[in-house]
Amino acid sequence: MTWIQEIRQIVGDKHVQTKQSSLHSYAYDATPNFNAKPEAVVAPASEQEIKKIVTVCDNHQVPIVPRGSGTNLAAGTTPTQGGVVLLFHRMNQILELDENNLTITVQPGVITGDICQTVEAKGLFYPPDPSSMKISTIGGNINENSGGLRGLKYGVTKDYVLGVNAVLANGDVIRAGGKNVKDVAGYDLTSLFVGSEGTLGIITEATLKLVPLPESKQTLLASFDSIERAAETVSQVIANKLTPATLEFIDRATIQAVEDYSHVGLPTDAEAVLLIEQDGPPSICEHDIQLIQGIAVEHGAITTQIAETEERAAQLREARRSALSALAKRSPTTILEDATVPRSEIATMVKAIEAIALEYEVNIATFGHAGDGNLHPTCMTDLRDKSEWERVEAAFAAIFQKAIDLGGTITGEHGVGEMKSPYLAWKVGDEGINLMKQIKDAFDPQHIMNPGKLFHRSGGEVDE
Amino acid sequence: MSESITQAFQERISEDELLNCMKCGFCLPACPTYVETQDEVHSPRGRISLMMAVRDGEIDDVHEVEESLNVCLGCRACEPACPAGVNYGEMLEEARAIFYEHKDKAIREKALRKTTLNTLFTDQDKIGKATSLLRFYQRSGLQKTARKLKVMNFFPEHMQQMERVLPEVPKRTKQHRESTFPSETTQTKATVAMFKGCLMDTLFYDTNQSTIALLNRAGCDVVVPDTQGCCGALHGHSGEKSGAVELAKQNIEAFETADVDYIITNAGGCGAFLHDYDHLLKNDPDWAERAKAFTDKIVDFSSVLMELDFPNEVPLIIDPQIITYQDSCHLRNVLCVAEAPRQLIQAIQGGGYVEMPHADQCCGSAGIYNLTQPEMSMQILDHKMKNVDTTSATTIVTTNPGCLLQMKLGIERTEQTDTMRAVHLADLLLEALSTDDLNSG
Ligand SMILES: Cc1cc2nc3c(=O)[nH]c(=O)nc-3n(C[C@H](O)[C@H](O)[C@H](O)COP(=O)(O)OP(=O)(O)OC[C@H]3O[C@@H](n4cnc5c(N)ncnc54)[C@H](O)[C@@H]3O)c2cc1C
Ligand code: SF4
Ligand code: SF4
Repeated sequence: MTWIQEIRQIVGDKHVQTKQSSLHSYAYDATPNFNAKPEAVVAPASEQEIKKIVTVCDNHQVPIVPRGSGTNLAAGTTPTQGGVVLLFHRMNQILELDENNLTITVQPGVITGDICQTVEAKGLFYPPDPSSMKISTIGGNINENSGGLRGLKYGVTKDYVLGVNAVLANGDVIRAGGKNVKDVAGYDLTSLFVGSEGTLGIITEATLKLVPLPESKQTLLASFDSIERAAETVSQVIANKLTPATLEFIDRATIQAVEDYSHVGLPTDAEAVLLIEQDGPPSICEHDIQLIQGIAVEHGAITTQIAETEERAAQLREARRSALSALAKRSPTTILEDATVPRSEIATMVKAIEAIALEYEVNIATFGHAGDGNLHPTCMTDLRDKSEWERVEAAFAAIFQKAIDLGGTITGEHGVGEMKSPYLAWKVGDEGINLMKQIKDAFDPQHIMNPGKLFHRSGGEVDE
Repeated sequence: MSESITQAFQERISEDELLNCMKCGFCLPACPTYVETQDEVHSPRGRISLMMAVRDGEIDDVHEVEESLNVCLGCRACEPACPAGVNYGEMLEEARAIFYEHKDKAIREKALRKTTLNTLFTDQDKIGKATSLLRFYQRSGLQKTARKLKVMNFFPEHMQQMERVLPEVPKRTKQHRESTFPSETTQTKATVAMFKGCLMDTLFYDTNQSTIALLNRAGCDVVVPDTQGCCGALHGHSGEKSGAVELAKQNIEAFETADVDYIITNAGGCGAFLHDYDHLLKNDPDWAERAKAFTDKIVDFSSVLMELDFPNEVPLIIDPQIITYQDSCHLRNVLCVAEAPRQLIQAIQGGGYVEMPHADQCCGSAGIYNLTQPEMSMQILDHKMKNVDTTSATTIVTTNPGCLLQMKLGIERTEQTDTMRAVHLADLLLEALSTDDLNSG
């Protein structure tokens, strides 16, 4: 019996797709240039089924590529070594909302936005909100350790994962962490799974921490005639010990693209815009937003506008969330990066990106989570133009180098995947790669779990 | 054959347009077939990647791709959801046209389309006769006999239900051919031409009359050009592009002579297709400009009523009832009309408006989709009816004949014919107008 037949027996014919059209439909994620077809697309219904599938794959050395909604930006779910794409849409239940312990326990296929909505209806709050939250799955968020617009004040996914269940390559089921806020029993395996990009095991359940829903929110939009002034404002807000929930930066090219799509009335003549939100009790919210508005004006904001209604605020947030896809309209290929620096270096980094774009003659727009130093320089290019493509790659290498020089990192929230694997050693060093390889070997000795991701072929390759 | 299809894709579907899709997935929650299946084969970005695979010659059996495109509703909900501005509808239509042109003549579905499309919809007269037949069937008692004998039991269940919900066809003599209807206000506020639409002019003849009455009451002189035909949407959407082009030219000619401010439609599906004539004829130098002049004038009747401040000019009152609205996909996604119908319904005193969850999602009617893809269509409809139930509405309002029939079908399937009705917005408004307004003049 072939491995595909064995898997068919486990999940049923209906849930194993091998038609060409199916394989093509799971060959991509949101990263350009890494398309590759799997050999089968499998949708299990339970941890038990996953356990059996993993055992079959381990026996036959078939790669397993876990895939949530395939929205990652690091070629993390492109099956470049074939094998099985594992889907979680049949494991998409919220299992328990525990209002006494302030936790929610979910299956990996639940859409992040649905978690937010469910808990908010009960006056609770799950803060990590990647721009893709209406589409991405919690399994994907955990495996990328995704950030979001509220990261500055509330942190990122890892700050909310209390426990996970995972199936390992040998078929063992690990139950790490749980509902305890305090838990120091052994190594923190939960944290190890967070951000592991599907390379250590398959998450089958997760328990997440919730916090009380803030009473109110205020939203401010400030526009500037120079990027430096906007960046200065960011630094000053933080230096003044203000921690807004959201502090987003959008440059001119991005403003234009977003406005074309969303028509929310962004100032298209500005060089940069900051979208700032504070939440909390009404009096504190108001106080903070007015202080921030003052700082913006002091640093040369041309306009500042406080959203009068929640509807308007929501429009502005949605507009910001569409930034990347809106930029994609501008060119056949859009490459987005995720270079991140300590927040004090934002202005320096933004200027460096501009200079690098000029030097390599490439077209780069920048937006991002300025408050936590996480920028998204986005290159608008055309894959088919080979000479430009080389310049784009060189420009991004220069951006990564600059970020690391400034004490930053090659990726703040999108993960390494296959795309950034050549640069991982720049950040963690050869020793870091070595240790990571040993961890990988301990979890997955045959390298069937999402092979080809994280580790680059030449620089610390674990496959083959 | 795959090769010539690949070649046609290369020639006719732009690589740039396909590359415009960055696979971000923002369209996924908007796409009814993805929501139902959770399968990328039936998602917008999946379909785009499949078109790309055909273009690149990377797929041996192109019929798998054709199947994926057949399951697409063509509702175009993916377009407003897409921040990258991917023109999915255009690519879909072109791809369908290519498959259609390469089709084996013996294929059953084509036979179905041939009868319904070519013989019926290209010719207003024929559709008139066909509906006469339907009327004869209804009036003669044959319908009753057929029901008694359970002849319809030989057809799939949803076809039987469909047969029960078809509206009474008006007598042929009642279908006047007058062509001008003067405004009822002291001053004419606008002169408009009415696009009748083939289904609207026959099965839904009364709704057209309601629409004209409303427009007159709002201050419009309404002309109805005589030589107009079907809009061509059913041809276009199923790949028969040449048929659609012929109809487009006929209609442009028919309306060119009428010197009007607007060309009015009351069927979202027709309106959207008329609105896209400029795209359909963009490569035809003799017609491109004429098409543009035509499409610039296309508006839905609800937009015109709002523009003329109809709800404030005329009292609208109805018996107490909860009303909900089902968007027509093409009215919403192509003509971008979502607010006007809701505002009009909300302006009616006595009625309580309750928005249903996912009102913006396709009801599964989608032209002849409920005939070609019955299973998916009924799955979508059953979910739609659950959403209707959450509103406790007894009246479902739509703005497109296909949606209207589908919602009637939904009511029939859930056995609520005694307590729930589906009506066209124009008929509801006329009902709300009749009592008081007739007295006041
Ligand atoms: C327009 C756009 C905006 C975005 N904005 C943000 C943003 O603001 N912040 C941010 O951090 N990211 C952002 N992203 C990136 C992306 O949405 C996130 O990385 C998200 O977490 C991916 O979720 P997914 O369900 O699509 O996972 P996928 O892309 O399917 O998978 C991501 C990774 O998780 C692994 N995986 C998935 N499920 C499991 C499981 N059950 N077990 C083990 N491994 C698993 C996969 O193998 C892969 O390595 C954005 C992407 C797009 C397209
Ligand atoms: S939203 Fe647009 S760009 Fe994004 S996947 Fe869908 S069609 Fe492609
Ligand atoms: S037209 Fe409708 S069914 Fe087809 S891909 Fe777009 S949203 Fe989905």
